[in-house]
Order: sequence, then C-alpha cells, then structure tokens
Amino acid sequence: MSVLVYINSKNGLHKSAFEAVTYGKKLGDVTVITTGALSADQLATLGNYGAAKVLVDRSVEGEDDQQLTRVIASAAEVCSANTLIFSHDLVAKAVAPRLSVRLKAGLISGAIGVPSTDGTVPVNVFSGKAFGHVKVNASRTIISLLPNSIQPEENGSACSVEDFNGNAGSAGVKVLSTKKPEGEIPLPEAELVVSAGRGLKGPENWGIVEDLAAALGAATACSRPVADIGWRPHHEHVGQTGVAIRPNLYIAAGISGAIQHLAGVNGSKVIVVINTDSEAPFFKAADYGVVGDAFEVLPRLTEAVKKFRASGH
Amino acid sequence: MKILVCISKSPDTTSKISFTDNSTKFDENGVQYIVNPYDEWYALVRALEIKEANGGNVTIISVGAAGDEAVIRKALAIGADDAVRIDTDPTDAYYTAMQIAEYAKSNGFDLVLTGKETINYNGSQVGGMIAEALDQPFVSVATKLDVNGTTLTLEREINGGIEVVEVNTPAVVSCAKGMAEQRIPNMRGIMAARTKPLQVVAPVAVDQMTTYVNYTMPNAKSACKMIDPSNMDQLVEFLHNEAKVI
Ligand SMILES: Cc1cc2nc3c(=O)[nH]c(=O)nc-3n(C[C@H](O)[C@H](O)[C@H](O)COP(=O)(O)OP(=O)(O)OC[C@H]3O[C@@H](n4cnc5c(N)ncnc54)[C@H](O)[C@@H]3O)c2cc1C
Repeated sequence: MSVLVYINSKNGLHKSAFEAVTYGKKLGDVTVITTGALSADQLATLGNYGAAKVLVDRSVEGEDDQQLTRVIASAAEVCSANTLIFSHDLVAKAVAPRLSVRLKAGLISGAIGVPSTDGTVPVNVFSGKAFGHVKVNASRTIISLLPNSIQPEENGSACSVEDFNGNAGSAGVKVLSTKKPEGEIPLPEAELVVSAGRGLKGPENWGIVEDLAAALGAATACSRPVADIGWRPHHEHVGQTGVAIRPNLYIAAGISGAIQHLAGVNGSKVIVVINTDSEAPFFKAADYGVVGDAFEVLPRLTEAVKKFRASGH
Repeated sequence: MKILVCISKSPDTTSKISFTDNSTKFDENGVQYIVNPYDEWYALVRALEIKEANGGNVTIISVGAAGDEAVIRKALAIGADDAVRIDTDPTDAYYTAMQIAEYAKSNGFDLVLTGKETINYNGSQVGGMIAEALDQPFVSVATKLDVNGTTLTLEREINGGIEVVEVNTPAVVSCAKGMAEQRIPNMRGIMAARTKPLQVVAPVAVDQMTTYVNYTMPNAKSACKMIDPSNMDQLVEFLHNEAKVI
C-alpha cells in the first residue's frame, strides 16, 4: 500500500515528524511530502524512520493551507497514495480537513495508536475522558497522529530526496508577522511537563516551577484560572478548553484536579501531584502523590533532580 | 457584513461519560447539553461584537434533530439575529460540514465562524472542510479577529508561536481563546430569543465518511503512591527506576 506522510519541516525536523513516518511505515510504503528550505541531506535522514523517498516542493515557504492542500493532493496523485498521515499539529488542523474534501477521503484526527485488526483507529473523545474507535467508509484515509502516541523506530538508512512541483498556486492568507516565544519546548510535543495552578498564589512565584522544568528539561503548563487571570500565557493552559497533552511525565503542583483539567492531561503516562490538601481530587488520578506545600516541595524536588542529572543521567 | 456562526451542542463539561448499546452509543441519560464552549464564547460573541461595531447580520447554523433547538435558543439569547437548523443527525464531521457548506453557498456569507473544536469529538475538522467546499481561505485557531471593510486581520496560533495574518472576505475562521469574552444572556435576550426566526432546512444527500464503531474507557489508575514531602530523592528514584520516565 502506498502511504503519503506530510512533514512540516519549517523549523527543522522534530520528533513528531519521526513519529508520523514510523506510523506510516507500519501501514505501507512511505513517501514523504514536505515544503520549505531544509537541505536534501537533512531530509534524507527521514529514511532512518522508514521513508522510501522524500518529495520537496521548494516553491512554498510558509504554511498557507490552500497552497499546502494543492501540493499534498498533487503528491497523493503522483504516488497513488490511498492513505495520508499527518502529525496532529496546527498545520494538520487546517490542511487535513481541506484534503478530506478535495480527495473525498475519510479523516481520522488525533489518532493515538495504529489501526487494530478490525481496521478501526483509536482516538481521544470527550477531551480524553474516553476513546473512540473509528472506521473509514471511503477508499482513501487521512490520519493525523497525536504527538507522543507512538515511539519513533530507526533502521539506520537514508532515503532519496527529489524536488517536486505540486502546483501550489497563490496563498489565500497573507502573513504580516510572527511572534515566537524563544527557546521553549512546544507543549504538545514535550515528553516532560511541569504544571502549576492557583495554589502558587501569584505569577511572581513561578520561578520555582521554571527551575524544576529547567532541571528536568521539561515544558511548563498551567491550569485555566491561572491563564485567565494572566499569570501565565494562554498557550500554557491545559485541559478540556485548553491544550490536550500526553507527555511521559506530568507534574502538577497546586492544581486541584477538576474534571475539566484532568480531561486534558489524563493521557499522560505518569502523573505526580503535589498539593497541601490530601483530599484534592487530583490524587485519584495520580501515580505518585506528595501532600505538602509546593513552595517547599518544588525546590526540594529540583535539588533532587539536579543531583540525579549530575550523577550522569 | 453577513456572518454565519456554526454551533454544535456538547455535553456539559462536568458530565459523566458512559456508553450504552454494547459501548457503541454515547449514553445521553442525565446529560445536560450546552453550546460548545468554543462556538459560544469565542465565535458567536466575536461575531456579535463585529456586528455591533460595523452593522450587518449574524446567523446561527446548527446541524441536528429537533431536540437541539433548546441549545440553539440559548445561542440566540446571547444575541444572534436568526438561526437555521439543518434537520438531520450530525453523523460525522464531513457530513456536517457539507450540510453547512451547502447552505452557505446558496445564501452567500462574508464570514463563516466555527469554534476551534468541539469538546466531545475534538476533531477540529468542520471549519477546514467548509472552507475547502466553498473554495475560500481558512484561518484556523484564531485568537484575534478585526474587520476593516473586506479585509480581516487576525492572530492565530502556529506551531510554537503566533502569526499575524491578513485575508480578504469571504473566508472561514475557527475561533479560540483570546478572541472574545463569554457573555451571559440577560432576561431580555432570553425573552427575545423565543420569537427570533429559526428556519428548519432539509438536509442534502452526502456520504458519511467515518463511523465511530465503538468506545472504550481508559484503564482505572492503580492506587496513588504517597511520597514523604521531605524525601524528594525517593520520588526521583521512583520516576527513574519504577516509572522509567526520567
Ligand atoms: C466549561 C469549563 C471548562 C473548563 N476548562 C478547564 C480547562 O481546560 N483547564 C483547567 O485547568 N480548568 C478548566 N476549568 C476550570 C476547572 O473547573 C477548575 O476551576 C480549575 O482547573 C481549577 O484550577 P486550579 O486547580 O489551579 O485552582 P483551584 O481549584 O483553586 O485549586 C488550587 C489547588 O492548590 C492547592 N494549594 C493551595 N496552596 C498550595 C500550596 N502552597 N502548595 C500546594 N498546593 C496548594 C489547593 O489545595 C487546591 O487543590 C473549566 C471549567 C468550566 C466550567
């Protein structure tokens, strides 16, 4: 079976790209389609995760949804792909639905695993409170894979890279400027996340949260009220009405564990809860619990992590 | 400016989620429905603000059975001018989006707004599908939207940052936090909503591209291991040797 994997290489190649190629390889022969300026040598490394070939349309620089839709649709025709794979990021959220209409393909967004023997693909529903098992009724399938859902698998090979003209046409959206927070790990892709809530009492106290995140190499997140009152930026807000994440480790300090918060984080592999209140609902969803004051426990945990990292881990 | 706002119902966020019929159907027993928060708090309220500033008309559209009219009336109480219900079950995102696109095509809107996703199926699919069917640009996950004649200026989330973009109408925009503040309907709004026009439109024939075959629940967590707050070395040791996450 011919599988086309779209990779966003605008900011280099990330783990989510390796996951998408690995996922595609489990379903068939993988051709990758990408745009932008990454060198052929860099793109050839996608062979390591199972790509047989990379097509790159260098005429497209940005992430315009109509241009990408045209390019990916042309690539799907050229390699007769009946399955398309995306990483479920912000580009996929704009482009995959368009392609579903253009290619008359069934779209499964936010997959959390490979298709099972009955052909259904697992996805989160009700904001992570349950799983749905979805089947496609069309001859073409598009799957967008939630980051951190499978492990990239390497095989040590490189692959060929070809220039491709996907007839991108003109962009419908004109980009005026971009703002980027510097040096941060994008939250949805982070493997380790340190999060804090109203229990931290004010934005001036976030130093102890950031210290722990820095010691671990983790991203930072927060509960909704904390973003609403402006203690932290909106993109850090996790939960049912924020970002849904599934890191390996989620450390929550001073967060009560309301059902809407849990919805966005209960896909995490391991949850650590730090709370002064031993009755906080979050402990019911936790793997490890610490009943204690975040202002004492967080610095202590940071020291313990630093000691552990210094011992060569 | 003629604005169409797409509204979906979703279970109240505190609803207990369970399934019936051999785990093939969402159990609606005792479930309270609300207007999907992204549709209501951001898409609808911003549409009303634009109308208040520039004039025009805000129409609500929802794909659903007669029982969903309570949710549509709630949205009308917040302030839209009129509403359309496409009289059919929204079986999947494609089917739903094609119904809305069909109505939008024959009624000509300058702007179609959706929420960034629903909180029950979390697909983020409907907006992009409508845009493709209408052959219009799509700005997804927008956190700010300003109108100047036929030009829209928006901020939207991109991977790892924010982008400021410009697009000409007609266009489709999916709305996220930052765009507007929730509005609580007042008594006058609730009264007025009762008599606002709610047109019922028959569905068009469209294929259903996907089926939710069944549902499962996450495995229950085993008991939480409690760690002495003075012994964080032990927590690190557990995270390394037992949980193997660091
Ligand atoms: C429609 C809807 C959608 C929502 N969506 C979301 C969402 O997406 N995400 C989200 O997070 N919330 C969401 N909420 C809000 C949610 O219901 C909770 O109100 C919110 O998660 C609580 O945030 P919190 O835990 O930070 O604050 P609180 O509930 O105030 O909890 C603070 C916690 O900190 C503890 N604490 C206090 N001092 C200390 C200390 N010194 N050390 C350690 N612990 C301490 C307290 O014991 C308490 O448990 C939503 C609500 C609604 C109605």
